[in-house]
Amino acid sequence: MSVSGKSVLKRLDWFSVLIYISLVFIGWINIYSSTFTDDNPSIFNFSSLHGKQLFFIGTSAVSIIIILALEANFYERFSSLFYIISIVLLLGLFIFGKTIAGATSWYDLGFFNLQPSEFAKVATALALAKYLSDIQTDIKRQKDQMIAILIILIPAFLIIPQPDPGSALVFFALIFVIFREGLPLYYLGIGFMVILIFILTLMFGTIWVGIILGLLLALFLLLKKPSFKVPIIPVILIYVAIVLFSLSVNFVFNSVFEQRHRDRFSLWLRLEKDPKKLEEIRKDIGYNTYQSEKAIESGGLSGKGFLEGTRTKGDFVPEQHTDYIFSTVGEEWGFMGTATVVILFTTLLLRLVYLSERQKNDFSRMYGYGVISILFVHYFINIGMVTGVLPTIGIPLPFFSYGGSGLLFFTALLFIFLKLDANRLNELT
Amino acid sequence: MRKILLSSIILLVGITFIGRLSYLQIFSFSPNQILEDPAIKAVYDYPERGYIYDRNGELLVANQPAYDVMVIPREVKPLDTLEFCNLLGIDKERFVSQLKKARVYSPRLPSVLVPQLSKEDYGRLQEKMRRFEGFYIQKRSLRYYDTNSGANVLGYISEVNEWDLERNPSYAAGELKGTTGIEKEYETILRGRKGVKHIQKDRFNRDIGPYKSGSLDTLPEQGKQITVTIDKILQEYGEKLMTGKHGGIVALEPASGEILALISGPTYDPALLVGRERSRNYSKLHYDTISKPTFDRSILASQSPGSPFKTINALVALQEGAITPETTFHCYNGFYVGKRKRGCHCGGGTRNLNSGIYLSCNAYFAGVFRKIYDQFPTSAEGMDAWEKHVKSFGLGTFLGYDLPTGRPGRIPNKEYYNRIYGENRWSSSTIISNSIGQGEVEVTPIQLANMTAAIANRGHYFTPHVLKKIGADDISIPEFTEAKHTTIDKKYFEPVVQGMAEVYKKGTAARLQIEGIEIAGKTGTVENFTRINGERTQLTDNSVFVAFAPVDNPKIAIAVYIENGYFGSRFAGHIASLMIEKYLKGEITRVDLEKRMLEKTLEAEYAKPYSGEPFKINERVW
Repeated sequence: MSVSGKSVLKRLDWFSVLIYISLVFIGWINIYSSTFTDDNPSIFNFSSLHGKQLFFIGTSAVSIIIILALEANFYERFSSLFYIISIVLLLGLFIFGKTIAGATSWYDLGFFNLQPSEFAKVATALALAKYLSDIQTDIKRQKDQMIAILIILIPAFLIIPQPDPGSALVFFALIFVIFREGLPLYYLGIGFMVILIFILTLMFGTIWVGIILGLLLALFLLLKKPSFKVPIIPVILIYVAIVLFSLSVNFVFNSVFEQRHRDRFSLWLRLEKDPKKLEEIRKDIGYNTYQSEKAIESGGLSGKGFLEGTRTKGDFVPEQHTDYIFSTVGEEWGFMGTATVVILFTTLLLRLVYLSERQKNDFSRMYGYGVISILFVHYFINIGMVTGVLPTIGIPLPFFSYGGSGLLFFTALLFIFLKLDANRLNELT
Repeated sequence: MRKILLSSIILLVGITFIGRLSYLQIFSFSPNQILEDPAIKAVYDYPERGYIYDRNGELLVANQPAYDVMVIPREVKPLDTLEFCNLLGIDKERFVSQLKKARVYSPRLPSVLVPQLSKEDYGRLQEKMRRFEGFYIQKRSLRYYDTNSGANVLGYISEVNEWDLERNPSYAAGELKGTTGIEKEYETILRGRKGVKHIQKDRFNRDIGPYKSGSLDTLPEQGKQITVTIDKILQEYGEKLMTGKHGGIVALEPASGEILALISGPTYDPALLVGRERSRNYSKLHYDTISKPTFDRSILASQSPGSPFKTINALVALQEGAITPETTFHCYNGFYVGKRKRGCHCGGGTRNLNSGIYLSCNAYFAGVFRKIYDQFPTSAEGMDAWEKHVKSFGLGTFLGYDLPTGRPGRIPNKEYYNRIYGENRWSSSTIISNSIGQGEVEVTPIQLANMTAAIANRGHYFTPHVLKKIGADDISIPEFTEAKHTTIDKKYFEPVVQGMAEVYKKGTAARLQIEGIEIAGKTGTVENFTRINGERTQLTDNSVFVAFAPVDNPKIAIAVYIENGYFGSRFAGHIASLMIEKYLKGEITRVDLEKRMLEKTLEAEYAKPYSGEPFKINERVW
């Protein structure tokens, strides 16, 4: 069942590969611009950040060749092992971890800092697919649902104390895979309600949430068809539960959250009404978002041009080559550039959904969904944060942001799936 | 449902992002990026303000450096406050409050801590400045005056205000601009154009090089020097003579309309409005409501002209054929208006044009005035003709000289009198005071001087102006170089000029002759009134004198208006005579006359209305 290199290249989904190359290329151009200084203009200077990124791109290219050359069922067979390794690596961080910028998330390999949480994303996606596709697993069973969710939660909880809540959040996105495979949708509904009530409570307070919910309920009871019997006691219990949850939100927000978390929410939901305090928050924790919004805004329709971004040159947006790389696109390439990037991501993700759905093999499809979930949540949170739609959660933009581990494992994540996809016809024989 | 859930979310997010981005980059986008961008700082390069020279190339106004101590609050490190305050020569409270003010304005941007250090303070401070982080010394240019005269005509410069900023985008806060006088009138020439450099800054506000390699930068354009028509020596001399007197002197060159001297008394030293004491001095000048030193009486004081106006009435009458030089009127030590007698100081007797002028006979000119109106079927038509002729001398108009302020004076017309008396309810007798320059006519000293220049030129004048050269080029502004003709024929001027020459020979100014110079002039002694506690009170007469010399080919025409100086031949006549001699001869031969003018002041006269006690007017002073 081995596949020759030639047929892999023939069956590879070149459309996805093309978008991948475009994103990596555009990303590098913008890293070059945001780290550019007049006295260091050489492209192949490996001591500069853009030079290093070029090296990482090369490494990724090599990894692509290796990934495509390996047998397709290698990934399924060893997925449990990868998962265990990644858990061990995450645990090892507590002892051997290297701290960069306050987070103990790296192993120092001398020439390279390895970030095991990136590896864990790939491993968890593989492990989840493996578990769900197992003939023994029935997603309708509560026990199996719990195990699936546990597979996601273990690495997430190991990453939170690094602290790197942003990366941990990414794992929750894998829930999408379980939904695709049959987790009842009301889980999603409950999750959505929880978030909604959380936000509404912060914005309007428990009393208003209670009153409005009560009014809606009353309205519903008045307008319902007489034939429709309402289970009165459960409804009242749910109502009470919601009000209690709403009360607990205040408690959590005021007692469990730290001030910096509260500030982020205050800024995001415009909770702070005093313009002076808002301005202070904006200068303090909102500084990054504010500067990045301004940089994007100043680009206008067509941007200021390559290497002409004044705010980029002046380093006004912190971390611009990593998490805030999208603001460089906004400033130098304008709306044309940002819209192109958004369209590229949307197209890639939709293409991957299409590819996943055409898989005959359950493992491949589930892994595909894992890839989509992980890429999507990065893209959604990152661009949401940089454009000021979401609160600040520091995670990189896939294929775009500066960083070796990130690029390498995003590449691996994608190309393992593309390899599986290229192999799908062989599965039939 | 499960299959399309994720796809729908992906699409929805994509659309949301495109929406958010178009809001940011298309709807919120402001085209004035370069002004709002914190990464680009415009640094201005100020050209030096142009110098001002007098008509003979003597320097009047130049520039001097001044040193401001600046502070950037954010960069201030703990320092020895006491030592620093001692160096700056300020007390600690002031230092603390200034620093606080600067911090409130902006912690990142420089503010002035102590403005305009003296050169000595600068010298002491400069070496030690390095030890005080966050402070530095900025050099700027202030005006330097090479004369203590001409404050009002030269004008001063001051910081632009909100209004200027709104109206004129080329100004920036803190810049200086000409606010009055020549500085204001020729602001754009003197100012030049500032250059701008766009500097790319990083977020720590450090320079990291020129923006777009300087392609948007401009070089400063130097302010041009100008030469004005003022004669520095004459101006200074006139101001000296005006010591202790209120009023104005205007001297013109009749052949060109150039203003040789524009003197207002009392005045002030222009250097008072430069430097650290500026605002204190300005308040002092501004709130001196008795002598009003910033009020330029030479162009703003609109008052009755008195007898010099008789010459105009004579010219109008000759032109309209109402009289000939031989026409006589009898003076009964006065004249009658109905049953009321109006006085005359000429001594009485029969007067013709010549003696009417040199003895300044009121009765004669009352007769002349009536005769003008008798030429016309109605007073209104007479008025129209009279008004037309009088206004052709530039009276009752702003004249159009190149200074930013002025008054039109007043030449009444028929509408004016219709409003007061009702239509057809007035006649030449009603308004007879105008015949002798009292009544409703009002002129400013510069109008009086211009009128004299028109007589000196026998029928035309050039709009008075102060600008002579821009850079090295003579001006060619038609407004100033083309003659304005009066409506009086040239032939009628000679007899009037003759009369004015006789004023010096045997008339009211006989004692003021200058050896070797033939002068034509006319005295004026103007009744005037003020209100004291709501009561109309007569004050000592204003002393007025107009003159030009030499009679043939005149080089100077002058008007002197001295408030409460009594007879025209006294203060005004003396001053006019001295000014003419100074200008034409360059030296004063009649030292006693000069000494008297320098010593005598009218302070006592000006104090009278404010004394709160009854006072006598028109007292004999010498």
